[in-house]
Amino acid sequence: MSAEVIAATPAPKAAKDYASDQEVRWCPGCGDYAILKAVQKTLADFQADTAKTVFISGIGCAARFPYYMSTYGFHTIHGRAPAFATGVKLTNPELDVWVVSGDGDALSIGGNHLLHVLRRNVDLQLLLFNNEIYGLTKGQYSPTSRVGTRSPSTPGGSLDTPVSAGNFALGAGARFFARSVDTQQKHLPEVLKRAREHRGTSLVEIFQNCIVYNDGAFGDFTERSVAADRQILLEHGKPMIFGKDADKGLRLAPRTAQGGKLALEVVTLGENGITEADLLVHDETDRAMAGLLAALQPPQMPVALGVLFCDPAPSYEASVTGEVDAAKHSHPANLAELLHKGHTWTVS
Amino acid sequence: MEGSTALVADPSGRRMIESAVVRFAGDSGDGMQLTGSQFTLATALAGNDLATFPDFPAEIRAPVGTTFGVSAFQINFGARVIKTSGDELDVLVAMNPAALKVNLADVNPGGLLILDSGAFNERNFTKAGYRQDPRADGSLKGFRVIEVDMSQMTQDALKASGLSKKEALRCKNMWALGLVYWMFGRQRQATVDWLNGKFRARPDIAAANIAALNAGHAFGETAELGADAAAYLVPPAEIAPGLYRNVTGAEALSWGLVAGAKGAELKLVFCSYPITPASSILHSLANLKDHGVVTFQAEDEIAAVCAAIGASYAGGIGVTSSSGPGVALKTEAMGLAISAELPLVIVNSQRAGPSTGMPTKTEQSDLYQAVFGRNGDSPLVVLSARSPADCFDVAIEAVRIATKFMTPVILLSDGYIANASEPWRLPDAASLPRFPVTFASDPTGFQPFNRDPETLARVWAVPGTPGLEHRIGGIEKASDSGNISYDPANHQKMTNLRRDKVLGVARDVPAQAFEAGGPGDRLVVVGWGSTYGPISRAVDNLRNEGHAVAHLHLRHIWPLARNLGELLAGFDRILVPEMNDGQLVTLLRSEYLVPAQGLSKVNGKPFKISEIEAAVRDRLEA
Repeated sequence: MSAEVIAATPAPKAAKDYASDQEVRWCPGCGDYAILKAVQKTLADFQADTAKTVFISGIGCAARFPYYMSTYGFHTIHGRAPAFATGVKLTNPELDVWVVSGDGDALSIGGNHLLHVLRRNVDLQLLLFNNEIYGLTKGQYSPTSRVGTRSPSTPGGSLDTPVSAGNFALGAGARFFARSVDTQQKHLPEVLKRAREHRGTSLVEIFQNCIVYNDGAFGDFTERSVAADRQILLEHGKPMIFGKDADKGLRLAPRTAQGGKLALEVVTLGENGITEADLLVHDETDRAMAGLLAALQPPQMPVALGVLFCDPAPSYEASVTGEVDAAKHSHPANLAELLHKGHTWTVS
Repeated sequence: MEGSTALVADPSGRRMIESAVVRFAGDSGDGMQLTGSQFTLATALAGNDLATFPDFPAEIRAPVGTTFGVSAFQINFGARVIKTSGDELDVLVAMNPAALKVNLADVNPGGLLILDSGAFNERNFTKAGYRQDPRADGSLKGFRVIEVDMSQMTQDALKASGLSKKEALRCKNMWALGLVYWMFGRQRQATVDWLNGKFRARPDIAAANIAALNAGHAFGETAELGADAAAYLVPPAEIAPGLYRNVTGAEALSWGLVAGAKGAELKLVFCSYPITPASSILHSLANLKDHGVVTFQAEDEIAAVCAAIGASYAGGIGVTSSSGPGVALKTEAMGLAISAELPLVIVNSQRAGPSTGMPTKTEQSDLYQAVFGRNGDSPLVVLSARSPADCFDVAIEAVRIATKFMTPVILLSDGYIANASEPWRLPDAASLPRFPVTFASDPTGFQPFNRDPETLARVWAVPGTPGLEHRIGGIEKASDSGNISYDPANHQKMTNLRRDKVLGVARDVPAQAFEAGGPGDRLVVVGWGSTYGPISRAVDNLRNEGHAVAHLHLRHIWPLARNLGELLAGFDRILVPEMNDGQLVTLLRSEYLVPAQGLSKVNGKPFKISEIEAAVRDRLEA
């Protein structure tokens, strides 16, 4: 093998090759470190081209993310990252665009842009770091904080109902919604892989622990001792089974049990004659079921993780580019012709 | 007519006049804008110079017959160079009492009123707020009045058409147009062709409109209108030879953006949110996909500017467009483009403010907003267009400066320029400015904030380029590397760099020249934007009378032209007419410590020539 050939075949990139030279400045123990690691691992798994990868963020702790990647990065303004990302994709659809956002950035100040990027289905990954609190502004409650959250701005406990990122996304017409947990380093890269493979807007809600202002907010379903019983890891085509003994499952509750309402219920295999055949099989293209799954709350119900919904459709920028290309093809443009179109007259 | 006397009698029997101002006014559903634009076309084809001013209500379909539903289209045309849409009306066509009521005050004493008497009834008097018939109460004294039952005559002409009464009545604007065509000796063919094209799918409607047009014309030819209406002849104007078309500001601006993007060899990505009076630029560009133009109707004003910045970041030329309230929403993102040093063009079609203000009424009151209206020390370039056709050149210049200096550029237009039209001598497309952008490509020594020592523009490194991966943002950045920096000395350095870069644009653009007059004159009128027409005509008139008055008209609002201070220093009388409460005048006073005085007008209408003349005379006598 000649030296030239060796030089032309660069060594495979490792996760660390996706890290920039900047010192990471999140609080020690912040869940963001784990997410950063998982994203870098995911890019290494794809051997992604750093030159063609762009991380775009708004404002908040999570928004520092692009500075820590060795890719292109744009740290923009509060809540608007999806709009910048849309402009990037409309200009160069070849770029692999990741938007990094938090619960305040995406669902409060940027709620409008989240709604519209999802319904347009711009091809990008949108990572929503949900820690149910404002970190960078020092601990105020957020739009995902549970009712009663005590914070500097809600000393008597918050009064307003939190928003569910999943149900919001599904209502907005999202074509991909998945969930994972910052510290679940096996699960999270798998979910990120699915998100990157999906053409269209892939919203990934990542439950992220804020060690300073909201430590343990997700402990009721992420602590090692309870995780298996309080999480259901969804897989397309597989029955909805969970629990440390893999003996629990989800099924549609009989109408009589829930006052006639459409609902899921937890059943135990082997009890009351329940078998695997009674359980729901996860169909990730079922938007209505994804809504039911997204709404499950611990401790009565397991938190649904994994790809809750994935039903691809043409991406917005592909449609826009297609329309422009078709117009250019059918009628090659000519500036003189444009200016002369319509009524003209000559003065001599 | 306007300010002119009948020259000589033409052999055709028509009275020859130098210029005339005609306004078509009716209900917003009466098709007055179409009528006006057809008259404009026919007038241009007849070789006159012209300027137009559409004036329509914000309500899409206001209650029929009310004063707030009146829509009007004004045209000034002549055998001489026309610079404004005209101070006062020689002819007012009023399709109902409300149109008469709203517009009568603008008619010259002795001017001609053409009224559709079919619409002058008790019901419409009440709707217009008339207590009695204005034709009978003496309020039309001193005007020449032609009353024709256009509604009935249109129906009579269309008896055989098979159209319903309602459909037939919708043709009465063409009847009125036919009469005015006869009055000024206009050819009908272009309008006939246009009608046939517009109603291709409904040949019966096309035929009916043409029949109404011909009937109105025939009425003029055959009716004994007496001394009240003469047939006029407005000879062709002395116009520079060339190929011409009519163009509105919105069209010229759109095409200028396309030409600018071609000059820079960049994809034009136009991101906008609908707002009056800016939306017509979005509509125009949405039809230019064959030119590779990407248009994006964003979810709001903020998303529009952010997407445009994203487009520039990715290597296109991002453009956003709005009016004052929308531009207010964009200001945070504009600050990011300033900080990240990305090219961006922001078009502001100004309207009366503050807040929602008067969306369809013109004003120039966003100069402060453009120059100063952001948090932090945040300089950018501000240009202004003076006329519909000028929008083409200014749009190209905006793209050139934005890409050469890596800076946002605000282009100030206004509601008047956006909607008004004028004849435009078409440029040779092959000789338009070319300024191809060179993206950074060499990783050796690359830093995202490396600068051109001459322009201070940073390098433009576009995602997708191998070896140039870097991170930028709105946090203060270390000069060169772009990494986050809270170092105090660095912030001072970056603030100075951003300021000096923008000020340096003044070295890259032409020095300010006088439109008329020059050093040594007793007074200089300084204008910007759409006041060009009335200022220029007023100064011409005053100079013809022997007054030593000069005219400076600014395209460059920020930075100001490099020699402007020097030019102004020669005058102890400086008058700055503006359609705002005194914004440029404040800027000039603060920059140059000159005794400039403002002349403010904010009633939603352009300056009249006479208003500027009077203000100048006043100061000359002082």
